[in-house]
Amino acid sequence: MNDPASVPAVESGPEAGTASGWLAAWSLGLREWLRFVRQRNRVVGSLGQPLLFWLFFGEGFRETFQLPQGGQQVPFREFFFPGVLVLILLFTAIFVTISIIEDRREGFLQAVLVSPVPNWALVLGKLVGGTAIALVGALVFLLLGLTLNLQPGLWGLVGTVVFLFVSGLSLTGMGFILAWRMDSTQGYHAVMSVVLFPMWLLSGAFFPPPPGVLGYLMLVNPMTYAVGGVRRMLYWNAPQLAAASGDPPLWLCWAVTLGFCAAMIALGAWVSRSRTQGDLR
Amino acid sequence: MAQTPAVEIQNVSFRYGSHQALDDVSLSIARGEIFVFLGPNGSGKTTLFRLLSTLIPPQQGTIRILGHSVTEESLQVRRQIGVVFQAASVDGKLSVWENLRHQGWLYGLSGAHLRERIEEMLQQLGLAERRDQAVEKLSGGLRRRVELAKGLLHRPRVLLMDEPSTGLDPAARSDLWNYLERIRRQQQVTVVMTTHLLEEAEKADRLAILDRGRLVALDTPGALRSQIGGDIVSLQCEDPQQVARIIEEKLQLTPAVIDHTVRLEHPQGHRLVSELAPLVQEYVRSITVGKPTLEDVFIQRTGHRFWAAEPTQQDPAQQEAPA
Repeated sequence: MNDPASVPAVESGPEAGTASGWLAAWSLGLREWLRFVRQRNRVVGSLGQPLLFWLFFGEGFRETFQLPQGGQQVPFREFFFPGVLVLILLFTAIFVTISIIEDRREGFLQAVLVSPVPNWALVLGKLVGGTAIALVGALVFLLLGLTLNLQPGLWGLVGTVVFLFVSGLSLTGMGFILAWRMDSTQGYHAVMSVVLFPMWLLSGAFFPPPPGVLGYLMLVNPMTYAVGGVRRMLYWNAPQLAAASGDPPLWLCWAVTLGFCAAMIALGAWVSRSRTQGDLR
Repeated sequence: MAQTPAVEIQNVSFRYGSHQALDDVSLSIARGEIFVFLGPNGSGKTTLFRLLSTLIPPQQGTIRILGHSVTEESLQVRRQIGVVFQAASVDGKLSVWENLRHQGWLYGLSGAHLRERIEEMLQQLGLAERRDQAVEKLSGGLRRRVELAKGLLHRPRVLLMDEPSTGLDPAARSDLWNYLERIRRQQQVTVVMTTHLLEEAEKADRLAILDRGRLVALDTPGALRSQIGGDIVSLQCEDPQQVARIIEEKLQLTPAVIDHTVRLEHPQGHRLVSELAPLVQEYVRSITVGKPTLEDVFIQRTGHRFWAAEPTQQDPAQQEAPA
């Protein structure tokens, strides 16, 4: 540490201004970005696995996949495409929110909790930062859609991006809520395996809703409306193809997804007020 | 009008389940003081630090920092305190500069003013050369400096530090103290820290000794030591009870027995030794005479050794965490 003489005497007084929640949220969001791009394995992990799923399952089910109702058929690769987009959102949401547990263990989070930052800014920064990362991944993957017979048109494309953003926000919010009270990443992995991944399997990503219990489960799964919304947007100019996939109507997809998103943000802001065992480390 | 104290703690208690971490602690810290909470692991000092930093609210009692309640006016408190946790709060993936910028944004600093503040902190803490390095690549000592820079960036009036010397070598510790003295002198910053190091507590203006959640002593290090009359005579022996009995019978003194040591306070230690030696020489391994230290103060107030108060050598936080 330097020579005391080099330091000018300063009138004492805190300089913390009216803590701007927006600036704090921006800072937390930006940090997510910087961390993400500096960890190559995370970039590869969040895009690589969905891409492999799409290639392998797309090829594997090419001959056998058939939509019900005897309607217009689409190849599995194409049917599966919106599901993979949502899977990218889900994986990124998991990666981003699992860091809450690490941040708490390492002490980064405690420093945020004792700063004059409103809770909503903490939640917003994490969610929007994480969603932005997810969205970029999804948009890169969306380019592969050029190889398919999707017919979004301009409006469908814009709608897809907006829909992916809202869905990303709600999935990141869901991850945030799950991660907030957890003390170990192992626990989070368990939740991922038995809750998040099955939710995606039952979202209409893999197969249209079958009759019976499974079909009802899919009806109450919010992820069904995310996948359905994306699919309907991508078939904006060919709605009959989306209808054949058995997805809910577009207005319902919007309503459920927006409602789910609002609920996740509100719940996230609420849980973030609680302190956990991990804060007492 | 008299200034409100920097910190006022009134009747604060805190429990983790059935474990009483803090038991009716009251004290006040003046502005511009360097104040130390000294206690072994599990004494409750880390819990008190968490309450002061607004991380968790007190269950009973009140804490006011610069006149503001930590529970009802936590925002005002947070703006005026700088917090340096024992665990690293920096993001290792970010550079020194990015970590400080992040901290500034959290505290509402921005633009040219923030850049100036960061530069100033980098210069003051000798980090200017490291500004673009990822924090995870820095040595432990340099990382602690980044922590300190983070805590001081927004010019807090009260700096709270939890065991700041952990992981620092003696030279870095001495640097840290010089720096704290300097910011206290130049910016009238009140420094409040916890430590389990007796020699560190000696440097404080005033200190509070905590033991098992209770405040057992509160004064300047000199005043605390001088409350013990004269010298401390310690006799190391296999059977301290027997030695104590002999001293009681022959010299009409009341020694304290702690582990394998018989301990006496006496105005003239060397004279006492010449009286003692012939009486007990066959039972004792060694006799030492010394001026009282803070450990003696601790022993006098608690009846047990400073280090013996530690149940095990675990992470302090784990001991204070709920059962």
